Amino acid sequence: MSQFASLRNASGPEPRASSRPVAGRPLLYRSYAQDMALFNTRPKRLWVGVIIVVAFLLPMAVLDPTLEVLATGFAFAIGALGLNIVTGLAGQVSLGHAFFVGVGAYTAAAISGDPDGRSIGLGITEIAVWLPAAGLVAGLTGVLVAPLATRLRGLYLAVVTLGLVFIGEHIFREWSDLSGGAGVGREGPVPTIFGYRIAEDSSLFTAEQNLYWLMLVLLLVFALGARNLARSRVGRSFAAVRDRDMAAEMMAINLPRTKTLAFGISSFYAGCAGGLIYSVVGFFEPSTFGLLLSVQFIAMVLIGGAGTVSGTILGALFITLLPTITRELPAYLPFISSTATETPNIYQLESVLYGALIVVFLLFEPRGLFGIWIRIRNYWKGWPFSY
Amino acid sequence: MTEFLEALARGLGTGSIYAMLALGFVIIYKSTTVISFAQPALMMTGATVTSYVIPALGFITLASLSFFVSLLLAAVITAFIAMVIERAAIRPMVGRPAFVVAIITIGIDIVVRVITGGFIGTGQRHIDNPWGIERSDLLGIRVEQRHLVAMAVLVVVVAALVWFYRFTRHGLAMRAAAFDQEAALTQGVSVGNVFATSWGMAGALAAIAGTLLATNVGVGRDIWIIALIALPAIILGGLDSLPGAVVGGLAVGVVESLVGNYQHDVAPWLGNNFAVVSPYVLMMLVLLVRPYGLFGTQEVRRV
Repeated sequence: MSQFASLRNASGPEPRASSRPVAGRPLLYRSYAQDMALFNTRPKRLWVGVIIVVAFLLPMAVLDPTLEVLATGFAFAIGALGLNIVTGLAGQVSLGHAFFVGVGAYTAAAISGDPDGRSIGLGITEIAVWLPAAGLVAGLTGVLVAPLATRLRGLYLAVVTLGLVFIGEHIFREWSDLSGGAGVGREGPVPTIFGYRIAEDSSLFTAEQNLYWLMLVLLLVFALGARNLARSRVGRSFAAVRDRDMAAEMMAINLPRTKTLAFGISSFYAGCAGGLIYSVVGFFEPSTFGLLLSVQFIAMVLIGGAGTVSGTILGALFITLLPTITRELPAYLPFISSTATETPNIYQLESVLYGALIVVFLLFEPRGLFGIWIRIRNYWKGWPFSY
Repeated sequence: MTEFLEALARGLGTGSIYAMLALGFVIIYKSTTVISFAQPALMMTGATVTSYVIPALGFITLASLSFFVSLLLAAVITAFIAMVIERAAIRPMVGRPAFVVAIITIGIDIVVRVITGGFIGTGQRHIDNPWGIERSDLLGIRVEQRHLVAMAVLVVVVAALVWFYRFTRHGLAMRAAAFDQEAALTQGVSVGNVFATSWGMAGALAAIAGTLLATNVGVGRDIWIIALIALPAIILGGLDSLPGAVVGGLAVGVVESLVGNYQHDVAPWLGNNFAVVSPYVLMMLVLLVRPYGLFGTQEVRRV
């Protein structure tokens, strides 16, 4: 981008408002800066604004249980954005995301935990302390694991990261001072901002409303970060590695460094998400961070649309809302039971849906929910013509 | 010494089962360049089928005969299921990146596991077998008979595979397709059939391994997790090497058994049940030295 800008500067004065789209000509790009802008068309800017405003006003209209689910969904979306950076953007298949989420969750819980409690705790509940700490510790773990990952390609990497999940689960289970031990678990981190306790009802707002707004703001920050990363020099080098690693190497992209960076940033996101998810959920134990969690994150990215920020957030919300939807089903489909001992029950249906959705989306719409949106948009763009 | 040898024999016994699972992974990988994460579900399906077939074969009075007949039946049925899965969900993905297909197999794995879990129920399904926990004396060490059976079955399976790949037309076609898919196509090899055959073989192997695994503990809903231990085995041996899969499987079995035996005295700080994760640690250590496993073909990259 800087090269283009300098070329333009050399040839004459910058045309006025070149980064602005021309009214009525949405596809006309007059500068590289306009093409690479955060919101390159006016409708995008408008609708993102509308969605954000609606999202902020939602707690006034929606009941608390739904808000809690949505807040969890936002926290999961932050983790999914992290996986999207390493898998969707840099093309490195990671089945080990649950491990980094776990590292973040335990770091956050240990920092904010009760010093007199059963498990390790420092008693610093300020979110401005434990959130970056959780991200940094997880990010550092990612950088430590990266030397192994940068030597491997494709499915070798997938299996190794799978091994990471099993080893991580073992460590969490055995380090019972930190984790509370298998089957026991510990409390999630407590969020406070300048002494104001988020997770408790105050005179104005309920705990769920507070948590919802906190997660929404944090998700916006992290999403903006991910979007900006994707259009920066680093993000473009990630995409180059994904598309053809050898060609990227020929363009003087340092492969080990780029992959290490991708793992580090992705793990940072995962760590932050780990801290946040369990501050909403409130409780977790070592077996939480198993293979299933990794698969869930992969499902979020793939169902949403690999490589896209908006798609990933959609996918994360979709997957977190899935249990809520299936729990409603027995009312409409009487042959499905809601008790775990009968077959077929909603828990089985939920698992089958995870699997089936991954298969169906990859077979029929590899670009995910984002791709469906693109199809709808293109249909109406060309209407009444078919293309 | 006796203790060491007995642990070794135990390791070789479970290792034989891992080796069969690993062979299934490698057979699929060689012909389709995809790791099928659906193997755990197929293993669980095979074991469940056996647990249903054995009581149905009650009219065969010889106990060991009914076991082996139902083992074969389960292998055939699971192979059929695997081929149906391949036709429905894997064949349309020909030409797509291997990672996408691998993720699809994860999805299939979840679906098949839940459906099979419905047939298993909440408890354990018992598999009638002629050995139980009997042991034999072998040169002074006591070996569980089921481990001897597992080793014998592995020998039979490996011999059958060698015969198939060396001396049959289909085996030749599969080797050709694994070597160069397009060249094989031009020589009249039906690559689609090769895919189906490899999935069928992998399904059958998974069923045999699952049944042998479940002879003592029974078939439960969480038996699938054991099949994942075959993953370190194939990485250890090299993803595309059949001998590597056998060696890797046996090595993983032995390491697991030895660690289970001695870790508590040697390194108690590693925690309880470290044996379960030791294959993964072993895998990471080997990969640090040899990124393509012990017998894997190193990928040639040209600029």
